Amino acid sequence: MAPTIAIASGKGGTGKTTLAVNLAAVADGPVTLADCDVEAPNDHLFLHPDWDEVSEFCVPLPEVDADKCTGCGACRDVCRFGAVILLGDRPMIYPQLCHGCGGCTRACPTGAMTEKPARCGEIRSGRIGDLTLVDGRMDIGQVKAPHVVRAVRRKAAAQDSLVLIDAPPGTSCPVVAAVLDADYLVLVTEPTPFGLHDLKLAVEMAGQIGLSIGVVLNRAGLGFEKVTEYCHEANIEMLEAIPFDPKIAAVYAEGGLLVEEIDEYRQRFTALLAKLLRRADGEGKS
Amino acid sequence: MRQITILSGKGGTGKTSLTAAFASLAENVVLADCDVDAADLHLICKPTLREKQPFQSGYELVFDAERCNGCGLCEQVCRFEAVDTSDGKPSFDPFACEACGCCVDICARGALKLVDAIVGEMRVSDTQYGPMVHARLDPGAENSGKLVAAVRHRAAEIGRAEGRDLLLADGPPGIGCPVIASLSGADGVLAVTEPSLSALHDLTRVIDLAEHFKIPAAVVINKADLAPKLTDRIESLCNERNAPVIGRIPFDRTFVDALVAGRNILEHPTCNPHLAETIRQTWHTALATLCGEKA
Repeated sequence: MAPTIAIASGKGGTGKTTLAVNLAAVADGPVTLADCDVEAPNDHLFLHPDWDEVSEFCVPLPEVDADKCTGCGACRDVCRFGAVILLGDRPMIYPQLCHGCGGCTRACPTGAMTEKPARCGEIRSGRIGDLTLVDGRMDIGQVKAPHVVRAVRRKAAAQDSLVLIDAPPGTSCPVVAAVLDADYLVLVTEPTPFGLHDLKLAVEMAGQIGLSIGVVLNRAGLGFEKVTEYCHEANIEMLEAIPFDPKIAAVYAEGGLLVEEIDEYRQRFTALLAKLLRRADGEGKS
Repeated sequence: MRQITILSGKGGTGKTSLTAAFASLAENVVLADCDVDAADLHLICKPTLREKQPFQSGYELVFDAERCNGCGLCEQVCRFEAVDTSDGKPSFDPFACEACGCCVDICARGALKLVDAIVGEMRVSDTQYGPMVHARLDPGAENSGKLVAAVRHRAAEIGRAEGRDLLLADGPPGIGCPVIASLSGADGVLAVTEPSLSALHDLTRVIDLAEHFKIPAAVVINKADLAPKLTDRIESLCNERNAPVIGRIPFDRTFVDALVAGRNILEHPTCNPHLAETIRQTWHTALATLCGEKA
């Protein structure tokens, strides 16, 4: 089976998207890029796909049939998220707190509780040559990012090709949902105290899940050596160092691809992708 | 007490660097670091710990294999693909599990139970600018929104008890659950953006979110001179959306050097008076715009 390589970071704005879109662009053969940053998906701004498919993403949300409800409160008692309260003898559901687990509908003795699909975002997919981009966009005001992320992952996995995952920032549930089944995890960081602090958290998260990791240092050369020292001491492979270069920032700002505009980077990203594929296949450092 | 939350949508636009700078300009402030899964404000504000407490939220699943008869009902009811019974007895994936308890309730053998989960730690500290509430969510944990709500709540409590005039919250990236939690009680959103297509795209979503919750928003364009055409585009978008651009801060290598040194930019030796004045002006305009105070 073709491997899945995830890209995450801890701190936001370190260069996850830059890495993800440029790696996807140099892939030789079919590749699927899954933009799992469903709160702020940006990969499409660099790849401009024609969306072939846009589908609503819904989660099951309970609703109450007042005629059948006896006000017994079993739905409230079973909910671990506090998403059901009783107003008098009438259950009320807080959609923001509901995880869609189905516990209340199962607990209801009279069949008064049923589920209807409630929209919380959309999943899109489109092609650019051999590259398939799948992304998820959570709707404004919604909170179920991990659910949307899982839907993006399922859609990407169904493509049966090499999958690159652009994870959201942070180290909590949406990130875990994005990287959970990956064969290899790339952590992108920058040489600053913020970058180091958040890299350590991301390394800890990866360790708990049990993922193999390597680090890409972006904006290298800012004069803070502790990230490199930390990786060396923690025995984490430094896969690539991308220099702090205003040319890169300019290409990024306008939504361009480094590998198309600067020849040196086409070579570097091609070599990096080859290395990642070897790591995902279980080959250690040479 | 007025409350301002600093957001950005896209990460890495300079939220935390500017929050620290604004904190040093604000008078009588209480700080809340609401980016609990990558909390960095303490790296600049150099806090002295006043108190800390474990943060309990939600549950974790405990499985007693001795009692299990391998019936597989737990896998059938789980909607989160957290149970795998392909080897006969179930195994549970703690990272996929949302601790809804459906498997616990369905298990006829009492082999499963939920216990309280400790998912992080909340801290109250003193900084030279005022008290700060910050937190650490355990890596990989759930409930970041609840921890953010707790941080925000505690900061408001301290602010009221100590008679503070302003609560300044450094928000998380994105627009989801933790961001929404960081907005509860906010009088205004100060969005920090930069001139790139990605930042513009994500800023639009932050403005949508602020509008959704009917909270006034103002925008700071950081590194504004790096791509002047995009800065102009951001400005016209903000005008259309009634989220005024209240400051344009030029790219300055001092930001990077101050960050590398772990220092507030306004206290960094190479911060030139012109840059410091731009930041000061931006802050006072933000206060005037979002809190109706005189600039």
